[in-house]
Amino acid sequence: MDLIKIVILALVVNNVVLAQFLGICPFLGVSNKVQTSLGMGGAVIFVMALANLVTYLIQVYILNPLHIEFMQTITFILIIAFLVQVVEIILKKSAPSLYQALGIYLPLITTNCAVLGIAILAVQKNYDLVTSVVYASAIAAGFTLAMILMAGIREQLELTGIPKGMKGFPISLITAGLLSLAFMGFANLVK
Amino acid sequence: MSNMTHLTKGLFKENPTFVLVLGTCPTLAVTTAAMNGIGMGLATTFVLVFSNMFIALLKNVIPDKVRIAAFIVVIATFVTIVDLVMKAYTPGLYKTLGIFIPLIVVNCIILGRAEAFAQKNSVFNSILDGVGMGLGFTLALTLMGSIREILGNGSIFDIRLISQDAKTILMFILPPGAFLTYGYLIAIMNRIKERNNI
Repeated sequence: MDLIKIVILALVVNNVVLAQFLGICPFLGVSNKVQTSLGMGGAVIFVMALANLVTYLIQVYILNPLHIEFMQTITFILIIAFLVQVVEIILKKSAPSLYQALGIYLPLITTNCAVLGIAILAVQKNYDLVTSVVYASAIAAGFTLAMILMAGIREQLELTGIPKGMKGFPISLITAGLLSLAFMGFANLVK
Repeated sequence: MSNMTHLTKGLFKENPTFVLVLGTCPTLAVTTAAMNGIGMGLATTFVLVFSNMFIALLKNVIPDKVRIAAFIVVIATFVTIVDLVMKAYTPGLYKTLGIFIPLIVVNCIILGRAEAFAQKNSVFNSILDGVGMGLGFTLALTLMGSIREILGNGSIFDIRLISQDAKTILMFILPPGAFLTYGYLIAIMNRIKERNNI
């Protein structure tokens, strides 16, 4: 029951992009087309679940026993950068078709602050291993949801006349603002 | 003369927030009040100046192939310092900024400046560049924080501008307000640049 609550909270109520402002760069950068948003979303779900699994183990079995919790930021970011590289190499060798689909998005994920942010948040919230991985997957699914919605709107926006100064980032941000306003409607979904 | 342009370009012409649109996450997340904008801005400036300085110092030592990893280690070191200092001396601000202090490490402005400027320029110019970009970021965050605080809370730097029970536009200190304020500020900036042909 608690897990379901965490999933709903992470997916829509505290949507990672629209309410917590993590991963804005890829959200604005890659959300041009629904197809690319799906690719990016898939890669993010995979990496975030894996990153939370590994960072949880590092935190509990290395950082905590040695009392070097202050090394958290530096360790986690290196692990995430390393993981992304490993995933890329493994996918290239063992699942070429999946690599073709996700390949170009993988390097971009290192700079997605949602991955590091959620890894740290999961530690701060004292989640256990399963909860932490489920939480990360739900957050990443929320990220994908927001990206797909945004991409759908932006595909339509391209066909409309937008004032010159509003083109590009301004109109994207205002669209995101309206989406965020709509998502506030979920606020009391889970008590 | 050219040294000064390294310092001033970050303030307006290449403002990291409004022109380059980098580091958007903290810009949107922490600017619920003017004071938070200054705090986040100065913390980022500190990291930016010192990481620029060290990367410029180490540019001949770091092998090209592992430079990104090396940059990240340098940046993460200074982020850890900021994190510990703020935790000890400004606990209130530390709590408000929360997760976004460790996340300075993935702020694209810092890695961007390391890659685009510090690894090719002298130590002194890199420091100037860091100060300029950092102050540009701080100014932008403070501006956004002020606008959101005035509209959403009716105050600025915690000084009340309207009476306690007057209605304010609460939306501006909630997430949607961040996106809207940022969007309109970039649009205004585009307009100013177009008018003056910068």
